[in-house]
Amino acid sequence: MMTFDTLFAVPFLSGLLIAAVLSAVGVLLRLRDEWLAALGFAHLAGASALIGLAIHLPAVLGATFGAALGALIKTLGRFRGNSVYALMILAGWSISLLVAANTALGSAIGHAMVEGQLYFAGVPHLTAAILLAVATLAGLYWLMPIIIRDRLFPGHDAANRLPAWRWHLVFDLLTATSMAVATATLGLMAAFALVFIPPWLAFRLAKSWKQALMISLIFGTATYIGAFLLALRLDQPFAPVLAALLLVIAGGVRGHWKSREV
Amino acid sequence: MSLPLLNADGLVTGYTAPVIGPLSFSVTPGEVVGLWGANGCGKSTLLRAIANKARVFAGDLQRKPGLTLAWQMQQPIRLDEMPLNGHDYLRYAKADRETPPERLRPWLDRRIDALSGGQFQLLAVWAILGGWADLVLLDEPTNNLDPQGERILAEILKNEQGERAVLLVSHEHRFLEQACDRVIKIA
Repeated sequence: MMTFDTLFAVPFLSGLLIAAVLSAVGVLLRLRDEWLAALGFAHLAGASALIGLAIHLPAVLGATFGAALGALIKTLGRFRGNSVYALMILAGWSISLLVAANTALGSAIGHAMVEGQLYFAGVPHLTAAILLAVATLAGLYWLMPIIIRDRLFPGHDAANRLPAWRWHLVFDLLTATSMAVATATLGLMAAFALVFIPPWLAFRLAKSWKQALMISLIFGTATYIGAFLLALRLDQPFAPVLAALLLVIAGGVRGHWKSREV
Repeated sequence: MSLPLLNADGLVTGYTAPVIGPLSFSVTPGEVVGLWGANGCGKSTLLRAIANKARVFAGDLQRKPGLTLAWQMQQPIRLDEMPLNGHDYLRYAKADRETPPERLRPWLDRRIDALSGGQFQLLAVWAILGGWADLVLLDEPTNNLDPQGERILAEILKNEQGERAVLLVSHEHRFLEQACDRVIKIA
């Protein structure tokens, strides 16, 4: 019988809060057709976390700085489409590997950032996750109606001379911070899997917006718990187990749904 | 007589170069004004200029101070997958000025990506007309509508508009004559 060692309580809670945040933020990212933004911010976060570590800054802080910079560039530069995110991904990847190759950090830490190091999450990660969860709850309560209205009726704000860029910037910063904290805690691809796959499933199944949020949230957090326990039990790295579980379940359900329609 | 909500005087508008104008007209509270012209004459560009999405090259475009606008674009946004039902759509549009028309009600529980083109078009137009804006801009609102949908839309527009006004563009002269208080022809 497996026991849940208290040693894992802090990593588990940190990851759980982050999984809930990403599953919720991802639903809005998908509505805005900006899910690639999450991968762009995650790569910048990974690169800046490594730069931060090289100058003895905590990974969470370094990651947040880089991702927030990406959000500012995106909003203030008024970039349209996915090109800017592709550039962020390439820049983040290139910087990460070069920093890892040319500092004492070595490739081990670079790999840890990409593959995740959840079991080493400590109090700083949990603190960041709690702050992020509170900010997301408050931010989405205020932002969600504005973001949805802007997506459905994009001319409204301009027609009424409302400063829409401020809301976009706040949402971009929230997304960037979420991805930064998640990348520093769960790893880059685990963070991306949580922000992309639960909403992907929810958009297919939900009959209303509220249901979409609930499905994404429940699926994201439940799969996170399953992956955490499974990875411990099988002594496997957490991030690929999480991504595989999300893929198998969501792909299976969507496939089954599609076959019913045919 | 009430002050106009919108007044255009010798207005020339476009994007990188002028597309339409010069035009002079005004819209006062309670009016439903139609702008009629052939496809491609710049009707949508005129609405975009009023909604701050196109450039004014010459003339003057005055809006009543504090005027609120609602703008139904020619192609309302509709993604391949949208987990919003009709109730969600109207709620986020803040279309709670009055209860939706009878014809719309059976569709409100369905996801908007499952509606037909005509059903979605009527919902999208109502999302704008059912709101609280002082001036409603409708761009080709009869697109995709079947004759019954057109009739419902004309009835909504013929109802008392109160203190607000509606400015709609269409290439369908017959519909404009049926639904509007006056029609302005754009050369």
